[in-house]
Amino acid sequence: MSTPAPTERKDRRRVMITPEGIALPVVLASRGTRFGALMLDLTFIAITLTLVVIVLGFAGINLAGEAFGKNKDAASEQALMAVMVFIILLMFFFRYGYFLLFELGPRGATPGKRLTGIRIAARGGGRLTPEMVLARNLLRDIEVFLPLGMLFQMQDSGPVGWAAAAWLMLFALFPFFNRNRLRAGDVIAGTWVIEAPRRRLLPAMSTTQAATSNTSRATGASYRFSDAELAIYGEFELQTLERVLREDRAEAMVAVHEAICRKIGWLPGGGDERAFLEAYYTQLRARLEAGMRMGKRKADKHA
Amino acid sequence: MALAGRQDFPVQSGEAAIAAAALRSDRFRQEREGDWLRLEAIVERFEKGRLRWVSDADVLALPVLYRTVASSLSVARETSLDAATLAYLEGLVQRAWFLVYGPRTSLWSWLRGWLGGGWSAAVRAIWGELIVAFALMGIGTAIGWLLCASDPDWYYSLVPTQFLDTRTPGASREVLLGTLFGQSEERGLSLFAAQLFSNNAGVAILCFALGFAFGIPPLLLLIQNTATLGAMLWLFHGQGLSYEFVGWLSIHGTTELLAILLSGGAGLHIGRSMAFPGSLSALEAAAAAGQRAASVMAGAVLMLVIAALLEGLGRQLIESTPARYGAGYGMLAFWIGYFALMRSRTRLEDPA
Repeated sequence: MSTPAPTERKDRRRVMITPEGIALPVVLASRGTRFGALMLDLTFIAITLTLVVIVLGFAGINLAGEAFGKNKDAASEQALMAVMVFIILLMFFFRYGYFLLFELGPRGATPGKRLTGIRIAARGGGRLTPEMVLARNLLRDIEVFLPLGMLFQMQDSGPVGWAAAAWLMLFALFPFFNRNRLRAGDVIAGTWVIEAPRRRLLPAMSTTQAATSNTSRATGASYRFSDAELAIYGEFELQTLERVLREDRAEAMVAVHEAICRKIGWLPGGGDERAFLEAYYTQLRARLEAGMRMGKRKADKHA
Repeated sequence: MALAGRQDFPVQSGEAAIAAAALRSDRFRQEREGDWLRLEAIVERFEKGRLRWVSDADVLALPVLYRTVASSLSVARETSLDAATLAYLEGLVQRAWFLVYGPRTSLWSWLRGWLGGGWSAAVRAIWGELIVAFALMGIGTAIGWLLCASDPDWYYSLVPTQFLDTRTPGASREVLLGTLFGQSEERGLSLFAAQLFSNNAGVAILCFALGFAFGIPPLLLLIQNTATLGAMLWLFHGQGLSYEFVGWLSIHGTTELLAILLSGGAGLHIGRSMAFPGSLSALEAAAAAGQRAASVMAGAVLMLVIAALLEGLGRQLIESTPARYGAGYGMLAFWIGYFALMRSRTRLEDPA
């Protein structure tokens, strides 16, 4: 899971205040992600319905053959009716119940949302109630299914059809007209859709040989940087360096190694970039974190 | 994704597994990451919905661990520049927070609370809109009747084609009477009921959803649907069949029309609170109204299930007009009594 750069998501950052007063930062899901999640869910629905109808269709053909054949069998006719009732109720369920049931679950997300890493939440940090989930999904009809149906019948409709389609598009495009990317259902439910990342705990950075003793295990070289050599960079560069070290790509490390050496006036050697960068990272972080404890922060090299 | 818990998660990589970290902030992390990983494992099991996998000890530990990890996060924010760890903690605290402050009740007990007072309280809370919706339905019926009385051609534009079989102006009394009785031979009553339900519930939800456009569309839908009723009433009245027609209609109609009344009222409620939010912000007002209206709507859908059963099965099986009146108005009395009298014993959380 790649983490986009913080600046990229700045306008999507919000803070929820929990009932106990902890400020919890959340990132609103982007419109593209939500659209992708919706498409996934619609695909799942379509696949499931098709499969069910195919299976029942085979059963139904056999039943119909018997029902309208020579010996009109009341039992098989009833079975056919039962199948049709089942299909009607199933369609109804998928139209109104699929999103509802999944969002009521502990993850607050449909399968499509889960796969795209987003979920619904109460706006502002309250408890998500079943009423909210109900409300936001009752409106899905005019936001998704009606415009969808409209699109399929577009060819045989005059100006009235176009006007209706335009009016319905207003609902479908609602998330583009407000800051929190709320769709109409979110507005009346008091919910929003946020990113629900599932990150793993990555290893601590400062436990390697180069970090703890400032010496390279491979070459025995000792890397100690003076205060002036560490003072040129800030938190932004530190976290870029962290990403480079965690990704562990040789060519990126060579480039960063060179850039740092140029900046601090060292002669870039070769072959021991990782130990150099680990040592520089650890000492830079120690310096910046010491500043933090004193209430001094340095956002980036320009600060 | 691995199904096994995360207890065997490699805490540290490679040779430095136990080595103390050089940085103070990393040592802080090493002291606490056991709690973090334990919380993550519990959260994972909760999210999978397999409560059997969660021991009682874990259930008790969840809120405590949540607070521990939340405080780790706030300390780490002030002392650590490890972006990956901060991101991990933010994600973990968020996931745990959704569980700790998730729905307090199971779906089943919510349903019980909703039937046992939540629904009727929501219905009572929107009584103003219900009166307006009722008046509109009355007006719609009168319009349908009066239009047809002035010009029978209106009948064809007011009544949808599915009713235009033999029930047209000029039809004889016998033909009309035949449409009210004697269809019990028909097969597929349950199919009929399922279609009715699916169709009516769709219309009711639409009526509700369109309330979002400041309540105008529900007004029109209510009037249009009851104009059909008025037109048909006019037709049957012309042949002196109003008593039988009302019986035919009432057996399911009291429940169905009441459900439509509720959905129209719920739609109006949303529209009204968005147009006139009062002391709340427009968004807050919309959310409060939406949740109340959603509670009403869930009930309307349930009523439409019952109405479809009454229409698809009951009407075909009950052939006597007094019995139809009895069933229809018995249901009406039941609903009104339920909405007026059902109060929750334990005070429910007000969804608003």
